[in-house]
Amino acid sequence: MQADKGIVVKMIDVVKNYGANRVVKKVNFDISEGEFLTLLGPSGCGKTTTLRMIAGFETVTEGKILLHGENVENKKPNERDVNTVFQNYALFPHMNVEDNIAFGLVEKKIPKAERTERVNEMLALVRLEGMGKRMPSQLSGGQKQRVAIARALVNRPKVLLLDEPLGALDLKLRKQMQSELKHLQQKLGITFVYVTHDQEEALTMSDRIAVMNNGIIEQIDTPKEVYNHPATKFVADFIGESNILEGYTEKMENGKMRVLFEEGKALIHGEGVGDDEIICICVRPENLRLSKTPVEGFSINGKVIEHIFTGSAIKTVIELVNGHRLTASVNPEAELFDVGESVHIYWTPERAVVLKTQEDTVYDVIETNPNQAIIDSLTKEG
Amino acid sequence: MVQRLRRSAASVVMIGPTLVWLLVFLLAPLVIVVGISFLSKTPYGGVSLPFSLEAYSSMVKADYAKILGRSIWLSAKTTVLCLLFGYPLAAVIARSSKKVKPWLVLLIMLPFWINSMIRLYGWMTLLRTEGIINNILVGLGIIDSPLSMLYTDGAVLLGMVYELLPFAVLPLYTSIEKIDPSLIEAAGDLGAKKHRIFLRVILPLTMPGVFAGSIQTFIPALGLFYVSDMLGGGSSMYIGNLIKNQFLSARNWPLGAALALILIIITIILMRLYTKVGKLDDMV
Repeated sequence: MQADKGIVVKMIDVVKNYGANRVVKKVNFDISEGEFLTLLGPSGCGKTTTLRMIAGFETVTEGKILLHGENVENKKPNERDVNTVFQNYALFPHMNVEDNIAFGLVEKKIPKAERTERVNEMLALVRLEGMGKRMPSQLSGGQKQRVAIARALVNRPKVLLLDEPLGALDLKLRKQMQSELKHLQQKLGITFVYVTHDQEEALTMSDRIAVMNNGIIEQIDTPKEVYNHPATKFVADFIGESNILEGYTEKMENGKMRVLFEEGKALIHGEGVGDDEIICICVRPENLRLSKTPVEGFSINGKVIEHIFTGSAIKTVIELVNGHRLTASVNPEAELFDVGESVHIYWTPERAVVLKTQEDTVYDVIETNPNQAIIDSLTKEG
Repeated sequence: MVQRLRRSAASVVMIGPTLVWLLVFLLAPLVIVVGISFLSKTPYGGVSLPFSLEAYSSMVKADYAKILGRSIWLSAKTTVLCLLFGYPLAAVIARSSKKVKPWLVLLIMLPFWINSMIRLYGWMTLLRTEGIINNILVGLGIIDSPLSMLYTDGAVLLGMVYELLPFAVLPLYTSIEKIDPSLIEAAGDLGAKKHRIFLRVILPLTMPGVFAGSIQTFIPALGLFYVSDMLGGGSSMYIGNLIKNQFLSARNWPLGAALALILIIITIILMRLYTKVGKLDDMV
C-alpha cells in the first residue's frame, strides 16, 4: 500500500464495540507528520478508546488504522512505532528515574553507552538533570509527568500519544506544563496525539482539534476555526460559551438572511443556507451586542438579569421574553446597563454561525450554556 | 498528673484483655517449654528437678541435625513447589473478572473449613495400592500392577504442597492484584514482550508477595508432623514427628521441649527476615 505523503496516522471507518455498546462510530481522520492533534470531548465520548486503538491496547472492531501507510491491525503495542504517556504516569515504582527512561532502550538492546547518553539527553530535555537516581515515589506530580514524557520520547517514536497527561496536576502547574509540552513538540517535530476534556488546553496547544461526542467526530479543524465556526450545536456548546438560537430562514435581497426566532427577528450572513429552513445559529458572548434603542433588522428584546465579573470581562446575562437566557461579554470599562433594564440585542450578521443540524445523530443536548447552573445559583442568592 | 493517670488507666482497660490473653496462652506455655527443656525426665514420662542440660547435650550427640536438615529440605521443596503452582494460580485469580474472582478466592479458602486430617484421609484413599488412582490406571491397562504411591516421600511432599498451597496463593494473589494494569500496558508500549514484562515489571513488583508466600509456607511446613505421619507412614523422620514422639511415645519431655525451642528459634529468625523484607512493600 502506498503511503500518503506526510500522513502518519490514517483512521478509516474505525469502529469499536464493547459488547453491544458502540463507543466509537466510524471515525475517519488523518494526522500529518509533526502535527499536534487533540481529541477533545466529554468523558465517555470515545476519545481515550480512539487513542488506545492507535496505541494497540484495544483492538479495532471494524475499519482500519494505518501507521505510515501500514495496516497495524495485527501489531501489538510493542511492535508499533508509537509511545504513550499515561494519565497516571504509570512509572515503574521499583526503578529509578534513569531505569524508567531506559526501559524501552533496554528492550531494544541498545548498548549501554548509547543508552546512558540518550537517557541523559532526555533528562536535560525535560529539565530533570541530576534526578536520575531518584525513585518515582520521591518525585512531585510535575516531575513524574516529565519522566513519563522522557520515557516515551527516548524511543524516538513516530507518534507520541498522550492520554490526559496533565489531568492530575494543579492549575498553575498544568498551564506551565502545557507550554512546556508545546515547545517540546515544536522542537522535536514529533507528531502528538493528545486526549483531553479541557477545551482551553485543546485551544492553546493544538494545531488541529477533533471534537468528539458520542463516538463520532463532530468537527476537526484548527482551534480558531473550531471556535469561530463551530460546525454543530455540540461543538458550539462544548467549546467556549455560546448563545444558541433556533429559527426559520427567510431570504432577503441583499444577500443577507433574515431568521425568525420565537424570540424575534435577526439577521445572519446567508451563505449556504436556503429559504424557509429550520436552522440553529450560535453567537459567542463577545459578539452579542446590546443597545438601548432598536437596531435595524433585529427585534429581540430582553431584560438584564445580572452582571458577572470574570476578571478580564463582565458577562451580562439577559433574559428574553420566553425565559431563554443569553450572555453578552462586555468590556469592563464600558458603561453597564442597569439590572432590570430592557435592552435590544443585535450582532454583526457575519458573526452569527449557522450550525449543522444533524438529524441522524442523537445528542444528549445541553440546551443551556455551561455556566447556567452557576448563573442560576448567583441569581437566586442575589 | 491526674489526666495522665486517667489516660494510662484507659489504655490498660483497652489493651488489658489482649495482654492477659498473650500472657496466658503465649508467654506462659513458652516459659513452661523452656523450663521443661532444662529439667530431668522421670522413668514414667514426667519431669522433675534437678535442672539438667541433658536434653541439649543428647541433642548434640544424637543425629538430630540430620533430621533437622531433612525437615528443612522438605520444607524448602514444599515452598518452591507451592510458589511454582501458586503463582500462576494467583495470577489467574487476580486477572479474572469481577464476577468470578470472589468465587475463585472462596475455592482457595474452602479447604480450611474441612479438618485437614479428613482431607488427608481423602488422599490416602486416592493413593493406596487398592486406591482409586491405581484402580483406574490398572483398569485402563496403562499399568499392569498397582504403583506404590502411599507411604513414600513423594506422597509426603504431595500432601505438604496440598496443605500449604493456599498460604502461598493468598499473599501472591494480593500482590499481583495490587499491580496497576497501566504499568503492564506501559511496559508493552515501550517494546517489552510478554515474558520480558513478567521478568522486568510483574515479578519485581510481586517480590513482597513471593517472600510472604515463602515464609508463610516454609514455617508451617517445618512443624507439620501429621502429613508425614499419615502419608509417609512414619517411614522418614522429620523434626515435627520427632518432637511429637518425644512427648507421646518416647516420653522424653525435656528433649521434646528442647527440640521445640530450636524450631521456635528458627521460626523467629525467619519472621524477622520476613518483616525486614516486608518493608519492601513501602516501596511499591
